[in-house]
Amino acid sequence: MNTSDLIVVGGGLVGTALAYGAARNGTRVTVLDEGDDAFRASRGNFGLVWVQGKGFGMTPYARWTMQSAAQWPQLAEALNADTGIDVQLRQPGGFHFCFSDDELQAREARMRSIGDALDGDYAFEMLDHASLKARLPGVGPAVAGASYTRMDGHANPLKLLRALHAACRHHGVRFAQGSRVTRITPRAGGFEIETRAATWHAPRVVLAAGLGSRELAPQVGLHAPVQPNRGQVLVGERVARFLDHPTTYVRQTDEGTIQLGDSLEDVGLDDGTTAEVLSTIARRGVRSFPVLESLRLVRAWGALRVMTPDGFPIYQASTQCPGAFVVTCHSGVTLAANHAFSIAPWIAGSAGNGVPAGIQSFSGDRFLNGNETFHHAH
Amino acid sequence: MPTDVRFRSLVPADASPRGEPMVTLFFDGRALQAPAGCSVAAALLANGVSTFRTTPVSGAPRAPYCMMGACFDCLVEIDGQPNRQSCLVAVAEGMQVKTQAGLRSFDGAGTVIAEEAAHVE
Amino acid sequence: MSNERCDIAIVGAGPAGMSAAIAAARLGASVVVLDEQRGAGGQIYRAITDAPARRVDLLGPDYAAGRSLAEAFAASGARHLTNAAVWQVTPEGAVHYLRDGATFTLQAERVVLCAGAMERPFPIPGWTLPGVFTAGAAQILLKSADVVPVEPVVLAGCGPLLYLLGWQYVRAGVPIRALVDTTSMEDYRRALPRLGGALAGWRYLKKGLSLMRALKRAGVPFHTGAENLAAEGREGQDGVAALRFTAGGKAHCIETSTLLLHHGVVPNTQFTWSLRARHTWDDAQLCWRPKADAWGALDVPGIHVAGDGLGIGGALAAARQGELAALGAMHGLGRITTGERDKLAAPLRAALREHLRIRPFLDALYRPKKANRIPADDVIVCRCEEVAAGDIRHFVALGCDGPNQAKAFGRCGMGPCQGRQCGLTVTELIADARGVTPAEVGYYRIRPPIKPISLGELAGAE
Repeated sequence: MNTSDLIVVGGGLVGTALAYGAARNGTRVTVLDEGDDAFRASRGNFGLVWVQGKGFGMTPYARWTMQSAAQWPQLAEALNADTGIDVQLRQPGGFHFCFSDDELQAREARMRSIGDALDGDYAFEMLDHASLKARLPGVGPAVAGASYTRMDGHANPLKLLRALHAACRHHGVRFAQGSRVTRITPRAGGFEIETRAATWHAPRVVLAAGLGSRELAPQVGLHAPVQPNRGQVLVGERVARFLDHPTTYVRQTDEGTIQLGDSLEDVGLDDGTTAEVLSTIARRGVRSFPVLESLRLVRAWGALRVMTPDGFPIYQASTQCPGAFVVTCHSGVTLAANHAFSIAPWIAGSAGNGVPAGIQSFSGDRFLNGNETFHHAH
Repeated sequence: MPTDVRFRSLVPADASPRGEPMVTLFFDGRALQAPAGCSVAAALLANGVSTFRTTPVSGAPRAPYCMMGACFDCLVEIDGQPNRQSCLVAVAEGMQVKTQAGLRSFDGAGTVIAEEAAHVE
Repeated sequence: MSNERCDIAIVGAGPAGMSAAIAAARLGASVVVLDEQRGAGGQIYRAITDAPARRVDLLGPDYAAGRSLAEAFAASGARHLTNAAVWQVTPEGAVHYLRDGATFTLQAERVVLCAGAMERPFPIPGWTLPGVFTAGAAQILLKSADVVPVEPVVLAGCGPLLYLLGWQYVRAGVPIRALVDTTSMEDYRRALPRLGGALAGWRYLKKGLSLMRALKRAGVPFHTGAENLAAEGREGQDGVAALRFTAGGKAHCIETSTLLLHHGVVPNTQFTWSLRARHTWDDAQLCWRPKADAWGALDVPGIHVAGDGLGIGGALAAARQGELAALGAMHGLGRITTGERDKLAAPLRAALREHLRIRPFLDALYRPKKANRIPADDVIVCRCEEVAAGDIRHFVALGCDGPNQAKAFGRCGMGPCQGRQCGLTVTELIADARGVTPAEVGYYRIRPPIKPISLGELAGAE
C-alpha cells in the first residue's frame, strides 16, 4: 500500500529538509518528486546562508533567518553524522558591496532600520572603500564600500541537496521519482494524492513543490500565490583559494569554483540566460574584483526563484483540510535548518499542535486582501 | 633524439611544410622550434612534451586527447594566461608556454582574511 | 563590439557549412560563416586550403576531394570569419562570438548550425593517461602539422576512421604494433543483411576491404573481437605503457606509448541542446539527434542544422544537407518560391539518399560494444571532474533519475568540457542502471558559454 504518515510533495531543498526533519523523529515519510527536467531552484542557487539585509519591513523574517543561520551548524553536523557528507558550511561573515556613495548610504539606512526593529540585536558594520580594502585587498576601485555582518555564511548547495537525499534514505524516507502530483483529494482520515503512475494516501501532506504548489494549494484549502523570478548566475573555472567570505555578487565554493550573480527578473517559466544580463553580471564581477577579468567561465545558468508577492515565505496549516500544509520560500539553503528542526516536527505532529514560534506572520492568507500591493525588493 | 620523444614531424626541421618560417617558442623555459601556423599542442607533442598539465581534482597527469577543442585535456598556460586550450592556439614567435599545474591561482589578490576565517567551526 | 547583420549565419566551415554557404550565396543571400579554425575544411578536410601536395597525396582521395569544395566556398562571396569561437546562439538568431579576445554579436535572419561530429567517448580503464588519444586526434596532427608517432602505435576499437588512419600511417611509414579490433564475427553476421542491394553500399564495402587488405599486406598484426580493453600506465611514469585485452579466448598485453582509440563519431549537439531544441535518441547510432524537418529546421523557429550534427552521415551527405538547409532557410525568408526550392532540392535529396544508404550497415557492423560505452564502477566517466561510473550508479541508487540530478549530486559534467566527454556515457549508464531507455533518461541541460570566454571578455559584450 502506498501509505505513510506524511507525504512531502517536492524533493528539492525545502521538501527534503522537511522529510529529513520528520523522519529523524520517527515519522514514516514519502517524498513525491518530479523528474530530472523539473524546474528545480535547488539545483540553481548561490549557496548563501545569508542574514544581512533580510527582513526589512518584516522583522519576524529577520528573526526567523537569524534563527536558521544560528541552527545551521547543528544541521551540518547531523547531516555529516548521518551520511558522511560535509556540506561545507562556512560562516565567516559576509559582505554586501555598494558601487556608489548613495547606494552605500541607502544600505546603511536599511541595515539600521532592521537593527532598530530588532532592538539593536543586530551587529553590523558599514565599511568605506579603504576599510573594506583592508579586509579584502582584491576589491576594485569601483566598490564604494560594503556592509558586513558576522552572521553570514555559505554552504555547498549541491552537496546539501545530495546530503539531504542521502540522510532521508538513511532514516527510511521513501522516494518516488518522476511523480508529478496532479491532484490532491481530502478523504476521511487523510488525503488521496494522485500522480500519473500511482495514487498515494497519508493523513498528512505538505506542499513543498516550489512553483508547483500554486496550483495544488487550493485543492486543500491553502493559498500559495508564488511566481517565478529568474536569477542568472555565471560559473567560473576552479581556482586556488581566493575568497573565503561570501559576498552578494561573488563567492568561491569549497571546490574552488567562482560564482557570480545574480539578477532578479520576472520572466515567467523561462530559466534560460540572456547575453545582456550575463554581461552586466560580468561587469559587476570585474568591478568587484578586477583580478577576475581573466577568469574563464564554464557555464551560465538561469534558475527560477519561487517568489511570493512580498518575497517572504509561506508556512501554513490548512484549517479547511486539517493535515495539509504548505511551505514555500526562496531561501531554501538559509532556511534549511529551520525547516528540518522547527517546521518538520510541527507538520509531522510530533511537536504537539502548537505552531512554531515566530511563524505566525507567514500565513498565505496575508495575500487574500486584494487591496494591498506587495513588493519584494529585498 | 631523446627516447621520450613520441611524435615527430614528417618534414625535416629546416623545411617548413608550407614554406612558412619556423618560430621559436618556450615550454617551461625550454626553447622549441615549430612551423608557424601549427597549434601549440602539436608543437609540444612534436618536441617531446608528453604531459601537459595536472588536474585540479586529483593532480593526475594529462595530455591532449581529442585535438579538436572538445576534451579540455590539453590545457596549458600561454603567455601568462592559464587554462588555454593548446590545440586551438597557433604558435607564435617567442610564445611562453607553461605546464598547467592543478588549479590556477590569482596571485596577490590576497582576499583571504585569516582571522575572519577563524570564526569557522 | 559590433552589431553586424546578415541574412544567414552559418556556424562551422566543414562540408555542411561550406556547402550551405555556397548555395545560399548563389541565391543572393548575405552569408557569414563563423569557424574556430584558421582555415576552412572542418575536421574532415582540416587544413585543406594550405596542405602541400605531398600531404594531400598521403591522406588519400577522400581528403583531396575537400579542395574543390573549399575553393568554391572561397569564391562564393560568403564572408568567412576564421578563428571565431561562437559561445552562444539564441533562438532570436543572435550569434555571439569571440575573436581575438573581443566579443561580437552577429544578428542573422536564419542560422544554420554545422557543428559536425565529435568522437564518441571511449571510457575504458586508463583512457585519461597521457599518450592515449582518439584516432581523430592523431589524424588532426597529421592533417594540420605533419606530426606522427615515433614508436609503434596501437590502434584500438572499430570503425572506418580507425582503418583509414592505419592506412595513412602505413603510407607515411609510421610503425603500427597492432590493430586491436573490437568487431566480431557476430557483428558481420548482424550487419550483412543490412547492406542491401545498393551499388553504393558494395562500392563502399569494397573500399573498406581494400584498406584492410593494405594494412594486412603491410604486416600490421590484427586482433579481432577484442574485449576487456584497458590502458595501463607504468609505476613512476606519467603516460600509457600498454593495452590489455582479451581476444580469441586469450589475454593479451601489448606495450605501447601511444594508444589511439576510436569507436565512431557522434553528433555535436552542444548548440542544439543549449537552444532547448527537441532531440530524439537514435538507437542505431546510439546518440542524440536534434529533431529536424526535411530542411534541417529545428522546432526553434529560424534555426537549421546540417551535416553530422543531425546524425552521422559522412562528409558527402553533410554537403547535401548543407545545401538543403540553405534552400529551406532561403524559402523561409521568402527569397525563393516553394517551386524553386523543391526543384533545386530534388537532385540533392536523391544524392543524399544514396550517400546514406550505407549507414544501416555501418551502424550495425561498428556498433560500439556496451562494455566500452557503459564501463565498470572504477572507470572514470567525467574526465574533467574525475567522476567514476560507480559514483553515477551510487547517485542512481540515491534516486537520481537523470543526468541533471547526477550532475548536481557529483559535479559530473560540470567541468570545462561541459559534458562533451561524459554526456552520452552518463545517459546510457543511468538508463542501464534504471532499466529504462536512454530516451527516458534524457540529457544534460547545456548552458552557454558553449566555448570558453573570460569574465573580462563577457564584460566587454553588450
